[in-house]
Amino acid sequence: MFKELILILMGGVLVNNYVLQQFLGICPFLGVSKKVNQATGMGVAVTFVMLCATAVTHPIYTYILVPCKLEYLQTIAFILVIAALVQFVEIILKKYIPALYKSLGVYLPLITTNCAVLGVTINNITDGYNFLAAMISSLGVGLGFLLAMLLFAGVRSRIENCPSPKAFRGVPITLIAASIVALAFFGFAGVVENILGV
Amino acid sequence: MLTPILLAIGILAAIALICAVLLTVSSVFFSVKENETAAAIRDCLPGANCGACGYSGCDGYAKALADKSTDATNLCVPGGDCTAKEIAAILGVEAADVVEKVAYVACNGVCGAVERKYDYQGQKTCHAANLSYNGDKFCTFACLGYGDCMRVCPRDAISLENGVAHVDPQKCIGCGMCMRECPNGIIKLIEDTTRVVVQCSNHDKGASTRKYCTNGCIGCMKCQKTCPHGAITVENNLATIDYSLCTGCGACVEVCPVHCLHEGNFICGAHF
Repeated sequence: MFKELILILMGGVLVNNYVLQQFLGICPFLGVSKKVNQATGMGVAVTFVMLCATAVTHPIYTYILVPCKLEYLQTIAFILVIAALVQFVEIILKKYIPALYKSLGVYLPLITTNCAVLGVTINNITDGYNFLAAMISSLGVGLGFLLAMLLFAGVRSRIENCPSPKAFRGVPITLIAASIVALAFFGFAGVVENILGV
Repeated sequence: MLTPILLAIGILAAIALICAVLLTVSSVFFSVKENETAAAIRDCLPGANCGACGYSGCDGYAKALADKSTDATNLCVPGGDCTAKEIAAILGVEAADVVEKVAYVACNGVCGAVERKYDYQGQKTCHAANLSYNGDKFCTFACLGYGDCMRVCPRDAISLENGVAHVDPQKCIGCGMCMRECPNGIIKLIEDTTRVVVQCSNHDKGASTRKYCTNGCIGCMKCQKTCPHGAITVENNLATIDYSLCTGCGACVEVCPVHCLHEGNFICGAHF
């Protein structure tokens, strides 16, 4: 059981990295990866929201949608709940932890429409995880997102100082760099299973 | 037959209603009061977010004024006296004069005056050039001449003339962004009333300065001996002017053998 949870966690961080392997949440990945501290802020905020979202959507699916045979409503119900949840978290943070609210800044409301958050909640259901496994999985995915953001922010700050060909400057070279970082992440496929001997 | 459809609608509506009620209640219950004074002050600041006041930006300064962590209403250099008066009116205190400042580049190592170590072919920014042996000029205190300050200036006040950055005091608003950008730190902010400046930042010994730059201060002490008010001292092989004593008589300018002391039209005193 413990081994399985570790596997889910590491799988989320490295093997099934949402940004670099499943191509979810590309918008913030390209949008706010210009500076390392912004990338960290976004990564932490996404991880936090993923955990909250899973904690709410998993019970809703298990205890409301399944007994009523309304599983097909999961996407729309989850979007609804996540959007409201992010707003709620924002209000609470503003009131009680203004320091955290300030440092997350504009990223918190941006996450409302982040497909990686919706993706992880739906995948947790599709993979048939129980509540604990779902929480661990969202933590792993969030950390994976943070890792990808940080790595890419580092890569990008190097690119800014390089004389790239004029036609590639700006978005094109960023996309090429993103694809190369994604290629590098393919090297992790199977690594975690082999280390744990599963 | 209608039951599943109604059930779906009902459940979604219920979830939405719960969320709506929760958000409405929490937005009232957990509401945070916005500071009205800060918003009013923010409105009369110029919004350049230059950081000349020492805060993170116009918002930061407005907030600091509003919550009384500072009572200096005259910190906004770009806004000048008129902004200071508006802020003082909002806070109900006496307006203090803003000491307006201009930037100047303390280097006269123009093309031909200073020797080059090598032919720099890399990216044309000062920060990049500075990474390879402190730039291509022999003098490590020289203006690198690739215009990082020019690009950061919000008012296009800086131009490159003959390989050295030059600040147009008419356009300069004294925000100090160029000063913070310069990798060699040779851009200085001076009060707008200054008449004479030392246009060199070189702290090397006179003999070695002489070898690679014809315009650099060689620390010959002539200005120090000449100054009738004792305003100039040579520290670390570089002439420095004490502006509380300087009257702008220009005696030093005439005796400087390398012409690194400048007066007259260099600073015109006019602002805006």
